[in-house]
Amino acid sequence: MTAPSAIEVQDLVKTYAVRGRPPVRALDGVSFDAPSGAVLGLLGPNGAGKSTTLKILTTLTRPDAGSARVAGVALVARPAAVRRRNGYVAPRPVTDPRDTGRENLVLAGRLQGLGARAARARADELLERFDLGAAADRLVRTYSGGMARKLDVAVGLVHRPEVLFLDEPTTGLDPHARAEMWAEIERMTHEERMTVVLTTHYLEEADRLAAHLVIVDHGRVVAGGAPSDLKDALRGDTVVVEVADDGATARAGEVASRVTGLREVTTDGRTVRARTSASSAVVLPALLAALDAADVGVASATLARPSLDDVYLSITGRAFEAGAAAETEEVAA
Amino acid sequence: MRTATQHTALLTARALRSVSRVPVFMVMNLVQPMLWLLLFGALFRSVVEIPGFGSDSTYLEFITPGIVMMTAMFGAAWAGTTFVQDMERGVMDRFLASPTSRGALMVASMACQAVIALAQALVVLGVAWLCGARFDGGLGGVGLLLLGVVLLTAIFSALSNAFALLTGQQEALIGLSQMITLPLMFLSSAIMDPRLSPAWVAEVARYNPFDWAVRLGRAALDGSAPASEILGPAALLAAATVIMAWVATRAFRARQKSV
Repeated sequence: MTAPSAIEVQDLVKTYAVRGRPPVRALDGVSFDAPSGAVLGLLGPNGAGKSTTLKILTTLTRPDAGSARVAGVALVARPAAVRRRNGYVAPRPVTDPRDTGRENLVLAGRLQGLGARAARARADELLERFDLGAAADRLVRTYSGGMARKLDVAVGLVHRPEVLFLDEPTTGLDPHARAEMWAEIERMTHEERMTVVLTTHYLEEADRLAAHLVIVDHGRVVAGGAPSDLKDALRGDTVVVEVADDGATARAGEVASRVTGLREVTTDGRTVRARTSASSAVVLPALLAALDAADVGVASATLARPSLDDVYLSITGRAFEAGAAAETEEVAA
Repeated sequence: MRTATQHTALLTARALRSVSRVPVFMVMNLVQPMLWLLLFGALFRSVVEIPGFGSDSTYLEFITPGIVMMTAMFGAAWAGTTFVQDMERGVMDRFLASPTSRGALMVASMACQAVIALAQALVVLGVAWLCGARFDGGLGGVGLLLLGVVLLTAIFSALSNAFALLTGQQEALIGLSQMITLPLMFLSSAIMDPRLSPAWVAEVARYNPFDWAVRLGRAALDGSAPASEILGPAALLAAATVIMAWVATRAFRARQKSV
């Protein structure tokens, strides 16, 4: 990476006290860099430390140990300077429902140090850009989910931050609103050279937007790199077989693990997944023949190039969706 | 300092805008004090005839400053509700991740509550006047009583906000109202001359900020009380306001450690 790093994180440690139980180590030495002017995707299972990392980088909480620089400024020593350079959009709505969209933007701008006139002009500009002009003077309470989320991001951008933290910006949005948000995030990095740190429930989103991914698990960084590099590193394709009968999954898994050229066999519900190490063209027929010989009915069989889901599964040992459902708990905690 | 003042003005305007959009809450807060004023005022009218009751006014005139302060304290105890709502949404985190002055967040909430409390105090005074209460203190006395209202409101809004920041729970504010402000109201001279209460109640009342405000208000409306009876409690209330505002602003740091 030739671009200078917008964020440098070094050995962050954060421990939370839990009454009556040993303390929980949410971060256990997290280190990564985020290149400037690009999207960094921060991924990981529920409780892996994503939210804690974001809370530290946005100065909402302080690390027990370790250091970080955001936009070149030392985080722990100069939190006020970091706050002026950061924008932060929490996973929950960040606007006041009892104010209008315009009032929210103007207040946010003024608190960030813009003068009255500059704040009004910036609010107009953002309302236009996020297609909220018609709703500008309505109370946010009356906005749809997609409109409210666009306003959240607009509020985060009001002071033209160097680094924008987007915590699940598209959760709960319909496909149309999500596509709009993606286009806007791409515009921020491509045209305005802003650095965006993104957490998401959608690997598709990370795959499309992020130039660089950091996967955290158990408070540590377990993998990092460009999405394409991570996929290439897996080597081999993914075989997914759906068995016809619930009870047969375990047996199908055993059969698959004995087939030459298959590795990393996992089962989930009626699905058996594995990765090929030999030529996929040979392995799939061999697997189907072996299942047939073991009297396991097969409903479907597919072969795919590695996806980000496969990367995630192989690194964390868990399918991505499994962690996503419980994510809201982590957010609330 | 200039930034903090500007932020206070901006955030106070936001809070008042929010109140003005749902004015019904302000009216609802007045229902209870009206009941106290009108029912107690009528029910215990003859209390003043008990030997030793050190007041030559009517009972309605005696309890009016108490009810004014009660309205202020009970209203302020719920100030933290706005903080809880901002924390439930990401509004508070957004403020705290930005250069918003923490002191301004606290003082703006106190200022907004004070404005509400002033309006309510004037309503209570007006109703008492319509019911026949007359005060020799005149407008100057009313002004001093309102000063007491502002200070008392500031103390209890700061306390309520600190509860909200430390717990993040609306339930904590219910606890504050039930377990702290209600007993403080009874451990004071608001509705009964302390000379007729048990000695320990009068002793406790000496350390009760609510009682300081009631005594200030009563002396101010009386008009003939020595200046020390007004300045003493006012000084205590002002000191408590500064201390509570400082302590409550520190609660932002405690929250930063725990989240």
